[in-house]
Parts: sequence; C-alpha cells; structure tokens
Amino acid sequence: MTNQTSSTSEIPLIVEMRGIVKRFPGVLANDHVNFELKRGEIHGLLGENGAGKSTLMNILAGLYRQEAGTILVNGKPKVFSSPRDAIKAGIGMVHQHFMLVPSQTVTENILLGLDDPRFIMRLPEYDSKIAELGERFGLKVDPRAKIWQLSVGEQQRVEILKMLYRGVNVLIMDEPTAVLAPQEIEGLFETLRAMIAQGKSVIFISHKLQEVSAIADRVSVLRKGVATASGVASKGVSRQELARLMVGRDVIFALDKKPGKPGDVVLDVRDIYADNDKGLPALRGLSLNVHAGEIVGVAGVAGNGQSELSQVISGMRQCKQGQVILAGDEVSNHSTLFGIQHGMAYVPEDRTHVGSAPNLSITDNVIMKKYRKPPILKNGLLDMKAATKLANELKQAYDIIVPNVSTPVRLLSGGNLQRVILAREISGLPSFMVAVQPTRGLDVGAIEGVHRLLLAQREAGAAVLLVSEELEELLSLSDRVYVIYEGKIMGEVMVKGEGHDEALVDTIGQMMTGTPLDQIQNEGVAANG
Amino acid sequence: MDFTIILQAGIASGTVLLFATIGELFSERAGVLNLGVEGMMLVGAMSAFSTTIATGNPWLGVMTAMLFAGIISQIHAYIVITLQADQVVSGLSLTFLGTGISLVLGEGLSKAGTVSLLPNFSIPLLAQIPILGKIFFTDQSILVYVGYLLVPLAWFYINRTRPGLHLRAVGEYPSAADALGINVFRMRYFYVFVGGMLAGLAGATISLAVSPGWFSELTTGGQGWIAIGLVIFAQWDPIRAAVGAYAFGALRRLILDIQGPLLLLGFDNPFYYNPYLGFFLQMLPYLFTVVVLVIGSREAMRKRIGAPAALGNPYIRGERGK
Repeated sequence: MTNQTSSTSEIPLIVEMRGIVKRFPGVLANDHVNFELKRGEIHGLLGENGAGKSTLMNILAGLYRQEAGTILVNGKPKVFSSPRDAIKAGIGMVHQHFMLVPSQTVTENILLGLDDPRFIMRLPEYDSKIAELGERFGLKVDPRAKIWQLSVGEQQRVEILKMLYRGVNVLIMDEPTAVLAPQEIEGLFETLRAMIAQGKSVIFISHKLQEVSAIADRVSVLRKGVATASGVASKGVSRQELARLMVGRDVIFALDKKPGKPGDVVLDVRDIYADNDKGLPALRGLSLNVHAGEIVGVAGVAGNGQSELSQVISGMRQCKQGQVILAGDEVSNHSTLFGIQHGMAYVPEDRTHVGSAPNLSITDNVIMKKYRKPPILKNGLLDMKAATKLANELKQAYDIIVPNVSTPVRLLSGGNLQRVILAREISGLPSFMVAVQPTRGLDVGAIEGVHRLLLAQREAGAAVLLVSEELEELLSLSDRVYVIYEGKIMGEVMVKGEGHDEALVDTIGQMMTGTPLDQIQNEGVAANG
Repeated sequence: MDFTIILQAGIASGTVLLFATIGELFSERAGVLNLGVEGMMLVGAMSAFSTTIATGNPWLGVMTAMLFAGIISQIHAYIVITLQADQVVSGLSLTFLGTGISLVLGEGLSKAGTVSLLPNFSIPLLAQIPILGKIFFTDQSILVYVGYLLVPLAWFYINRTRPGLHLRAVGEYPSAADALGINVFRMRYFYVFVGGMLAGLAGATISLAVSPGWFSELTTGGQGWIAIGLVIFAQWDPIRAAVGAYAFGALRRLILDIQGPLLLLGFDNPFYYNPYLGFFLQMLPYLFTVVVLVIGSREAMRKRIGAPAALGNPYIRGERGK
C-alpha cells in the first residue's frame, strides 16, 4: 500500500495539515481537519461563510495558532508563530481585506518589512525589479503608482506581487474574486495558471461553486469546521454534489420571484455630483430612477461611488449638484429625518456602526425610527413597555434568534443583526428602500431570508434600490440593473426571467470596467454587420 | 527698524519652534499625537539651564535636556501605546506634569545668575551673501545651524530610507506593517522618545541660546502649542514645518520689536501708544494655533490634508482590516 501511494508518478505533497483543531469563543472553527496540497496544483477550498476555511488557512499562514494538529511543509513539521515564519517556509496569503498602505507606492508596499534595501531606498532600481516580476506572472501594475490611485483589482495584484517577491511557493487566496469584475476574474485566473506553470501552488478559498469548478484541479470542502471532502478531483464531481457537501442539504438555486408590476416613479435621482471623504469627486452626474413595486440593482466594482450614492440618497452626504426626489419632494441636502418622513428606509453597508448602535439593546435599536410617535411616545416620554412589546413582535416576525430583546446588538451574529435592521426599516412601511450589500458576510440561510424580505417589499409595492457587488444576487432579485463606474452610470439593462444569461453578464462586466452601454451595442452591431 | 536684524533674531527664535515641530512630526507620523510638547519643552529648558549652572558646560545641559524630556515622553508612550488610553487626555496631562516638574525643580533658578551659553558664530563665505547671509549665517547660535541640518535630514529619513518607510507605514496602516513583521509598538515608543528629545532640545535652545535664563512657565510661553499647530499647518512635512517655524519665529520677533519705536514708517507708532494693540498682536500666533487645531481635528479635513491615517488611534493587535 505505502509503496504504491509513494510511487514515482505521484506528485509530491508540498503542504500537509493533519488533525487541525481551532476554537474561538463559542465556536469550534476547525474540528480535526486534514488538508493536503500537491506541488503545482490549484486547490479549491469551498465552504459557506463561517465554515472555517479562512481560519484553517490563517493557521497555515501563521496568523493563528492551532490548538491541536500538525503542519508539514515538504514533509517536515513546522511551527509558525507569525506570518513571517510562514513566508520563510514559502507560504503566503492574500487576505480578503488588503493590507496595503494607501499613501505609499506599489514598490514601497512590496518592500515594507524587508531587510533589503538596507537603509537608503533606491526605488527606481526596485521599481524595475518589480515590473519584471509582474511581467513574468502577467500581473500588470505600475510600480510607481500610489495604492490609493489603483483599482481594487490592481491592489490585489500588488498583494500577490508582495508574496511572489518574498519568494513564496504556496499562495493562499482568500475569496479573491469577491471584489473583481468578471473580466478581471479571468485575468486573475490567467495569473494563477501562469504561477502553477512555473511550479508554484495555489489554494483558492471561495464560496462560489462555479468559480472553484472553473479554476481548481482538486477541491476540498468544509462545513461547520469539518472537512466533508478532501482533495477530490474537480472534474469528477458535479456542482450539485459540491453544494450538498457545503450546505448539508440540497440547495434551491432559484428564488420564487413573481413577475413585476412596476408603478409610478418613487425615487428619481437627477444628475448628482458629490465628493467622497477625501474631497475627491465620487459621483459625477449620476441619474437613475426606481418605480414602485420593482427592485433596481446597482452593479459595480467596489469603490466606484456606490457608498456615496446611497449616502446622498439617505441624506447622510451632501451633494454639490443635482437632486434626489422622493415621492415628489426633494430630499437631497436635507436631514435624514426629512427622508424618513418621506417613507425612506435605509439598510446601510456598515451594519455595526451606521445600521445599529452596537451597545444598545434590540429594543432600543428597533424603536430608533419610531420613538417620535405613539405608541412608543406617550405623554412626551418613551413607553418602554410598548417598545419591548414591539421588539418582541418583531423578534417573532423576523425570526431574530436571541433569548431576550434586551440583548445588546453587538452580541448578535451578522444574520441576526441584519434581521434586526431590516425589521426596523421594513416595519416602518417604507415606500422606498435603499439596501447596500445587505447579504455581505451572511451564511446561505441568512442570505435566503434577506432575499425573501426584499422580494416581499417589492410585492408590497415599495421601490427598492439594491446596491451589491454580488452580480448573481443582483440578477436573481432585480427587475433592472444599473452599472456604476467611477461615479457615473455606464448603462441600464433589463433582467428577463431567471437563470444565468451569459451575454447579459458579459455586457454588465464590460460596463463594470468602464465601457458605456451604447459603445458595447455599437460594437456588437458592427461585429454583426 | 532694521528688518534684517529682526529676521536674523526671528530665525533664532524660529529654531525653537523648528525642533519642537519636527519632534512632534516624528511622533505623529508614527501615529501618536503628543499634546505634551509644552511640558516637555519646559522640562528641557529647566534641566538645560540648571545643569549648565551646576557644571558650567552648556553641552552637558543640552544632553540632559534631551534625555530628561525624552524620558518623560515615555510616560505618555506607555499610557497610549501599552495601555491604549486616549492620546489627547494623556498628552494634556503630560503638559501639566512637565510644567509642574519644571516649576518645582526650577524654583530659585531664575536668580541663579548667568551661565556660559552655547557659542555663536558666522559661517565664512555664506555670511557674505547679501541680506540672506546676514539673516541666516551671521552670528547665529550653533543650534540654529543644527536646525538647518536637521530639516533635510528629517525629510530624507522619512521619505527616502527604509526606517522612514516603516515609520510611515506604522502611522498609516499599523496592521499592514504588523503583518509584515514590523514591531508597531516598539516603533511608536521610539518615535515618541525622538519627539520628546527634540522637544527637550527646543527647550534647551530657549534657555541656553535664544533668550537665556529661566523665567518659570514664561520661558516657553506656549510655544509648544504653536508647534503642534505647525505640524498640522505643515501637513506632516519637515520642509513645510521649517518654513512655518521660521515664519512664526520672525513674526514673534516682529511683534516684540514693533512695539519699541516711537515712529513707524514716519507715522506715530500705534503699537507704542496703545499697549492693547500690542497684546492683540501677541495673541495672533495662538489664535492661529487654535484655528489650525480646530480645522485639523475635523475627520474629513484631516483626510484631505494628508494626516497619518492611524493618528490618534491605539493599535490593538488582532483587529485586522480597517
């Protein structure tokens, strides 16, 4: 047996993790997980949010210490007490949140923490070294550019270069496609293939099935901290099977979305201009509208003005020009209260700081928009009995799983917190709702719940503006999708029916990288004619 | 009034601000706001003066000043870096502490007599340049020349060297620096110490060169606060800091000297006849400081003028992202 498995034709293992156990307060993140990586392969690591994929890989990258289990690199046991140790052993990780200093150049970021150069930074010399390295792996990026000037895709390339420059042989990519446009994803895949062609190995962490089956040679699946599949060839396993391994039950891919009956225009955004926090233009003449009874999506790569757009609409950011009209009244450059009085609901991107007051109870959080009126307001004071009653009703109706509504919301899981926010916003019977990244970081079950609530709003006749970076989410929920790029709308597409429309995705992808829709259509006509 | 003489004296008094400003700049570039500059300067001025009286050696005075101010800066460092307390509160209390220590230890020093001061000299050749030579290179204290050297060195260190790169990273994005093996805590302690030493040097510059003597808390007269304002005004750049420091030094001299003559440009000097106008003028640098601090404390404005992104935030390990 032993002789057979270690025969000469077998590709050697570069990394072996055996019986890894890691606990966090209240969670068993990794429960005796085994993981093997072969030299020169792309290994997909699948699992839902919270399944323990990132934990396992953070252990391999030296960020966390395992409580039990061993790591072998090239057959030798290793103990990593910091990312530096892991990099020394040839293992580097590119995190979901990039660790780049925005005010410094690409080269400076890559050289950070290294012993060479010793004292004086002879940057031009290193610029050309890094440009060369980039060329070798198809990672095009200007070494002299400052990080803040780069797109998210380019920043990711800098992170990869940072690891390659340190000579790693194993690159761990944590959800690398979450921030990329479809075309950029193809570019990333080419880079990964170039890397394995030059003898490196890649671990590709994702919760997206189709990506893993597209790029990975072998797949491992984690569910609730347990490995449900370990190193199966990705060709030999169907998507349905992988989904079952991930979730533990059959997943319904399609949502129950009834045909829409759009009514009058509820929200009309007319030619708005606004600056971001740095005082640089973030929105440059953006217009869109949302009708009653429809969900309108805003697609785009992160950082193209989505946050600023939702802030201008909700009244949290001033716009310099243009108007936001809600139910016939201008709400832009008014207080947020003015918008709320006009039927606005806002589900912000930042759940813990904007969407809720973390140290306050569920009760306090759900009455934040209702305390001015009876029944919460009674004789000029808060009626806490009525508030608690309301909170308990909402807890039931929105399936908020906590023992007690006096629990501070900072103790809630992401899904529960989002349900608290949605309960507050929806129970005000809004005529318009703007939801920004409402499902980010939630597990599959919670995502389904949020989607149902949004669709229910649509059916109740509310206008919903959904800002998301998940194209699939937009396509399955929206009636129309606008694509935003550098603060402008590149175009608007109708979403017909359900399922995956390749041509539509391609069109949206092109708009996400800055090609206006009319240009795409003209080219299409030219190509056909 | 001879303006070249005023400017010449202004450069000397600007050197005080220069040292304090560059010191605070290093500390802030590492992400630590230290509002204790005024206190550290007083400690420096007092210890420089008393050491020089006791030993007769002004160089020993300078070294004691830098060391003593550096050491008390580490109290602030411990409170805000290790204990992760609020930097504003800790910095303010450092000012009170420094003022108190220097008043107690400096009791009676003002009557202690004169001391041997640091040497003044002119730079051959450079002093011959018309006007500029007179202002910058004639009969200045050796510390003024040290100031001239410090500015380009500080700029080069921050922008063109490896430790400078690490310094900037620690102030901008400490978790990124930490992930690459840079010891954020040690770096912050070190640069707070550098800031303290330079504040001490600024104090020594007053008591041993610019206006020798010990006049209790009037020795510094709030210049530490102006230095903090200048760091913001300079947008954390040493060259701009130097321009600001010398400009303010010159302004200080001008405000003092303008109240002297009976006639100003051929007219009755209003500042001579109406002392309240003089007080008004003397207030201006502090008014400027208040305005700059107010502007600089606005989050949006700080981003716009390029404040170190992590300035004022304690670094807590394990909080990744953000």
